[in-house]
Amino acid sequence: MRILVLIRQVLDAQETVRVANNKVDLDGRKLVMDTMDEYGVEQALRLRENGADAEIVVVAVGDARTQEALRAALAMGADRAIHVETDAALDVIALSSVMAQIARAEQADLILCGGQQADWDSQALGAATAERLAWPQVTWTRALALHGATLTGKHDADDGVESFNVTLPAVLSTQQGLNEPRYPTLPNIMKAKKKEIRKDMLEAYSVASRVTLQGVAVQSKERLKRILDGKDAPAAAALLVQSLRQEARVIQ
Amino acid sequence: MILLVVPHVDGKIAKAAYELAAAARNIGRTGPVTALVLGSAVAAVAAEAARIADQVLIADRPELAQFDPELWSSAVAQIAQEGEAHTILIAASRDGRAYSPRVAVKLEASLLEDVLSVRDCDGALVAERLSFLNRVTETVAARGAVVVVSVKPGAFDAATPASEAAEQFDVDLQLPPRRVTITGKEKEDTSRIALAEADVVVAGGRGVGSPEGFTQLILGLADQLGAAVGATRAVVDAGWRPYSEQVGQTGKTVQPKAYIAVGISGAVQHVSGMGKSGCIVAINSDPNAPIFHVADYGIVGDVRQIVPALIAELRK
Repeated sequence: MRILVLIRQVLDAQETVRVANNKVDLDGRKLVMDTMDEYGVEQALRLRENGADAEIVVVAVGDARTQEALRAALAMGADRAIHVETDAALDVIALSSVMAQIARAEQADLILCGGQQADWDSQALGAATAERLAWPQVTWTRALALHGATLTGKHDADDGVESFNVTLPAVLSTQQGLNEPRYPTLPNIMKAKKKEIRKDMLEAYSVASRVTLQGVAVQSKERLKRILDGKDAPAAAALLVQSLRQEARVIQ
Repeated sequence: MILLVVPHVDGKIAKAAYELAAAARNIGRTGPVTALVLGSAVAAVAAEAARIADQVLIADRPELAQFDPELWSSAVAQIAQEGEAHTILIAASRDGRAYSPRVAVKLEASLLEDVLSVRDCDGALVAERLSFLNRVTETVAARGAVVVVSVKPGAFDAATPASEAAEQFDVDLQLPPRRVTITGKEKEDTSRIALAEADVVVAGGRGVGSPEGFTQLILGLADQLGAAVGATRAVVDAGWRPYSEQVGQTGKTVQPKAYIAVGISGAVQHVSGMGKSGCIVAINSDPNAPIFHVADYGIVGDVRQIVPALIAELRK
């Protein structure tokens, strides 16, 4: 079988957000593979380690730097990568068309995709790709196992956690809590340098975006930051309660 | 027409339905507002929906008793096509965000996700939404004859229901077979005050030490304040608390008047779920914990000393 893991390179969550030219400035900033995608790469590796005879292909659409995220996935253990290189900002519906075309060409059986990407906060890629392929989908997976061609697991729904089963092919979205992603070892980082990253041009996929970014604003609320020393717990507690009652007026 | 898919929970119309109605009224596009009710035994929901729309379409089918993204997207796309809807409004709940992309693909429509505002501007739909883990507000414009919009819960003030009820019609739909089988469900505990509706939230992280510590400190303080209980991902993953209490990127987003974070370091993923709270209070033993950067008030100290002292002070 073949597992496709869709990944995206995003601003490291620890970095502060800066704005330039009416968009979030990524020049010279630390970019990483989206953490939610790491759980997908890890889960693909675990499915294989648990007996699935699978080739694991990681796929990303993005500018030249996106290659770093693909390299990181290869260092974790993925077999090869496909990089659709473009500086254009695709909307998620257009992106899903690229992903579905690649899935068809690769004859994929399972697609794993992060539940939400930490740059555009979209949750739509997995669902839109599944629809284009006419495959079922399960979002926000928190446990996953493969028995033959049947996936079983748990996922988060609106009103609680559901247990599910679904027959391949399928798209699943991954998240924190699904597993603990491994760190690449030095030998695996060296090996990854020799693995194939196929480069495609976006033009080959003939997609067009209909949603465009018009501008961004960073809104951070100024906080009071009145921090007390708690060595004398009753005194600190009394001061805090007084502040919350009389100054902030948020408690009775 | 504007098609509005009516969200409902346990046989009752959800608050988000009235918010969608407000979005529809303010969107600046013409055509009747049609409410679509999908589910099983949903007559009561339809009766309420009739007060927020110009007409109500009802697909009351046993197959629709349990949510499924393929069934929902298929139903919505059929109705949208037959009624030539130009705008489709869906609540941006977890489920709503799981099927709205499928609707967009079926209809070759544009998709606007989790919007805070949405308005027609020279034929394009312009919306504001949050990005970069809720740290950035971006303005986006969607072109195209049909746009699917998921609307962030709480972003719009609920529309007031009309006194007269609109007409209701049963609709016939071709539904695809269900391919994902749900074999079990761990329902959320609803005995406590709901996180999304609480004025005060008391939340605990790994810093409370143990499940017993969580019960004693977090539940103790929450009970004293009449507050809802929240937890970090780490606490939920450790099995100390149910998923329903999780606040953050992969859990719930809350915006109470006061958010009291106890033993929570303040990872970006957690802050993205509570950073818009009115007043943030942090109690943590580590003075360098990032939570103090977003706090209005804080105490650096041992939570096992501070929280009992707070409870005692509140009892006075």
